[in-house]
Amino acid sequence: MFAATALGILVCMILAMARALLGPTVYDRIMAVNAFGTKTVLIIAVLGFMTGRPDFMDIALVYALINFIGTIAVLKFIRYGDMGWPRNMPDEPDDL
Amino acid sequence: MTWLIDLLSGLALLGGVFFVIVGGVGLLRMPDFYTRMHAAGITDTLGAGLILLGLMFQGGWTLITAKLLLILIFLWLTSPTASHALFKAALADPSNSQPLLHKEPPSSNS
Amino acid sequence: MLHLIGLWLFCAGLWLILSGYFNIPLLLVFGALSCALVVFIAWRVEKADPEDQPLHLKIGPQAILYWPWLVWQIVLANLDVAKRILDPKLPISPTMIKLKPTQHSEVGQVIYANSITLTPGTITASLSDGVLEVHALTQEAADSLLEGDMDRRVTALERSNA
Repeated sequence: MFAATALGILVCMILAMARALLGPTVYDRIMAVNAFGTKTVLIIAVLGFMTGRPDFMDIALVYALINFIGTIAVLKFIRYGDMGWPRNMPDEPDDL
Repeated sequence: MTWLIDLLSGLALLGGVFFVIVGGVGLLRMPDFYTRMHAAGITDTLGAGLILLGLMFQGGWTLITAKLLLILIFLWLTSPTASHALFKAALADPSNSQPLLHKEPPSSNS
Repeated sequence: MLHLIGLWLFCAGLWLILSGYFNIPLLLVFGALSCALVVFIAWRVEKADPEDQPLHLKIGPQAILYWPWLVWQIVLANLDVAKRILDPKLPISPTMIKLKPTQHSEVGQVIYANSITLTPGTITASLSDGVLEVHALTQEAADSLLEGDMDRRVTALERSNA
């Protein structure tokens, strides 16, 4: 049962990867990678049950959070070309 | 009782896999970026929810179930935020095309 | 002060669930100390953040009933969108609409916007000056939002004096 679930998730990961490779705009690619990450969380959880190692749940939890933060960080990088400051702000504020 | 729990968990996993694959198909079939986001929403909400629910049935009343519930809550809190940020960024980008609206016949490029 | 204690209790509960150690005193003390450190940092951040806003949410039957209702709406919307994706003719009619939410607190509007985005078939494009722009996959989904059932339910979550 878990093996079938893992296979189904893998099929969907292939579809998401196809969209990431095809995607005409950069936003398509980001969306596909975000969906890919969500499915990675699911497959880590399913594999944890399949191999009888419940510690995998912690890894899935952390991956869910990293996936979200990664998406936001890449979006910010594309929008501003910089991780730290928006384009119209002074280079380094003095009070930080 | 065990067979009942196995049955429920199997059904939930099957439904979850169905919605995950439908979301993946939608990701490829939809005509433009803005409609593809709706397809991605399916895998994020019901696909993930049903698969985690099926695993929760297997976990029983243990800490594993609590962790699965936490994963589900985090996913359901973060996925609308990420979709909204992505949608807004795509809409604000002048070099990106505007969404297809239903007045124009949607052209399908698989 | 009360909400800092609440934050500590929340962090401690999260720590207990994630660690799974219930009877090793040294680790429990470490956990309590790290929760206290988090609360201290949150207190310092709150002093610097002028946009700090308490939760103006009612605690009552609506607050409990809203979430199962939202999950049910998500299931219905999922079935609808899945049916449309699998249809060979792809019967979609994407629409952009503007909505005026009736919630008066920011928290209420954010809950409404997030509920819209969480429901497949509708995504909030922007929320500014009390106007929501929503992209809907189908005309029907846009119409059901314009009816305002979800809007009324989220407004019922708010405290009336907020």
